[in-house]
Amino acid sequence: MPLDIETVRNIAFLARIKVPEDELEALAGELSNILGWVDQLAGVDTEGVEPMTSVVEMTLHEREDVVNEGERPEDVLANAPEREDGFFAVPKVVE
Amino acid sequence: MSRGLTELTVSEAGDRLAESEVTAEALTEAHLAAAEAARALNIFVCETPDRALEQARASDARRASGEILGPLDGIPIAVKDLFCTEDVPTTAASHILDGFTAPYESTVSAKLKAAGAVMVGKTNLDEFAMGSSNATSYFGPVKNPWRGKTGKDLVPGGSSGGSAAAVAARTCLAAIGTDTGGSIRQPASLCGVVGMKPTYGRCSRWGIVAFASSLDQAGPITRTVRDAAIVLGVIAGHDPRDSTSARVEVPDFETALRAGDVRGLKVGIPKEYRVDGTPDEIEELWERGADWLRDAGASVEAISLPHTEYALPAYYIVAPAEASSNLARYDGVRFGLRVPGESLDEMYENTRGRGFGPEVRRRVLIGTYVLSAGYYDAYYVKAQRVRTLIARDFHKAFERVDVVLTPTTPSAAFPIGEKMDDPIAMYLNDVFTVPANLSGLPGISVPAGLDADGLPLGLHLIGRPFDEETVLRAAQALENAAKFSGVPDFVEARR
Repeated sequence: MPLDIETVRNIAFLARIKVPEDELEALAGELSNILGWVDQLAGVDTEGVEPMTSVVEMTLHEREDVVNEGERPEDVLANAPEREDGFFAVPKVVE
Repeated sequence: MSRGLTELTVSEAGDRLAESEVTAEALTEAHLAAAEAARALNIFVCETPDRALEQARASDARRASGEILGPLDGIPIAVKDLFCTEDVPTTAASHILDGFTAPYESTVSAKLKAAGAVMVGKTNLDEFAMGSSNATSYFGPVKNPWRGKTGKDLVPGGSSGGSAAAVAARTCLAAIGTDTGGSIRQPASLCGVVGMKPTYGRCSRWGIVAFASSLDQAGPITRTVRDAAIVLGVIAGHDPRDSTSARVEVPDFETALRAGDVRGLKVGIPKEYRVDGTPDEIEELWERGADWLRDAGASVEAISLPHTEYALPAYYIVAPAEASSNLARYDGVRFGLRVPGESLDEMYENTRGRGFGPEVRRRVLIGTYVLSAGYYDAYYVKAQRVRTLIARDFHKAFERVDVVLTPTTPSAAFPIGEKMDDPIAMYLNDVFTVPANLSGLPGISVPAGLDADGLPLGLHLIGRPFDEETVLRAAQALENAAKFSGVPDFVEARR
């Protein structure tokens, strides 16, 4: 099922990726090709087949509910593009 | 004799270090010089000569006092720039990680460090490991040290193309890569070196920049099977920081290799891997591989993996879906690139619009689509069901055989720039390697011959979960029979 430009614009918004208007059409074509190609899975009989949830058989273990790391605010903030008073700074979100 | 030092294997270099015939410092200097001489190939995102020499001297000092950390102590290695390393920037070959230096060390690179390995640099890759040619790197493509008779600049494969090229170009004795759909094995094949993807869960994923969490796995790239066994022994093992890392014992892979041959081993040849358009040379090499194993005492039989043709399409739903989720963290807030915007949303959109290259953007959008309301069942759940069927095919096959033999890739290295405008043609590079990722199985590519253009071709073995020992044993039998002695044009020219 080919994607139209409006759908691509919407996916791009959901993914928070700005796509220039003049690239939307070409992108819609590329994505439609890929989706058309993966659509061949529709022909596989998966009746009664469980979706894979674990790649290899293993039991997930629970760790002790204790603090094992922390108290490293400087390390956490070290890569921030913008910081203020020990916080990450972002454009204003509340009026 | 610096040229001689870069021709050693890990095990030979280890022996020479042990016999005091060479120092780690001299070994490191030789490889740093080779890395510098190979700059035109664009193998490294970041060379770390000062740190390497410091590590080498520390190794020599340890050895002098009788304290040796293991078989990699003093051995020059390269690390794919997808592993977070303290004090050295980590880029994932993406613009969006501009200026990022991790405040921690990935478990795999930490294990290498603790084992005394000397890091000569961090290698180039496809952006976020998404690609099969190394051409999607923000830092430009890597050139394959092999040109053969083509006379053209060829791709090294991807995504661990820098790591494979680093080993082939003799800039290190071993390298570490990651493999999500073939990203260790395919470039190893295209560069004429050994590349192994261990069982999912064998090595910790902690500190590796995540692409597709249910598929990603770290592994070694080396020039011999024995070296792969040595490196795997160092990087494998349970890690409490990765809940999917397996609580299984790590065997002594090298000893297993020394002890065993392949007499009595059962090898399966899956008929579904005969794909239209595969060059005759590759089909013939595959048959020769089967003969080699038979001559070495294994038995070879035809098997069926009926859902093989659906592996790639299932992969191109599952991997982008997981990627779209994993890459949500690149938002311009906590690390990396920030491109300003009027609002928070606009800042996110600008940052991600500018920060991601075309292939990453494509995959994140595909992933977003297949996970979105109304399509989740039709695409994602369907793909996970198909994945169960693919894994079941292998499970059944392994009731009859011990390993599966296939070609590694459907073609040898191709010119840089080719297949770039046709994503699906590029995806087809991984047709033989993707099923092992979907099923979590160990796989290895061994250089097995040269094609008519003088370019290397690999053979690929897939084994049972956590049975790397058998995979390595069979790989060594192939290696012994193939007697691959090809040297990349780039290395030959420097001699």
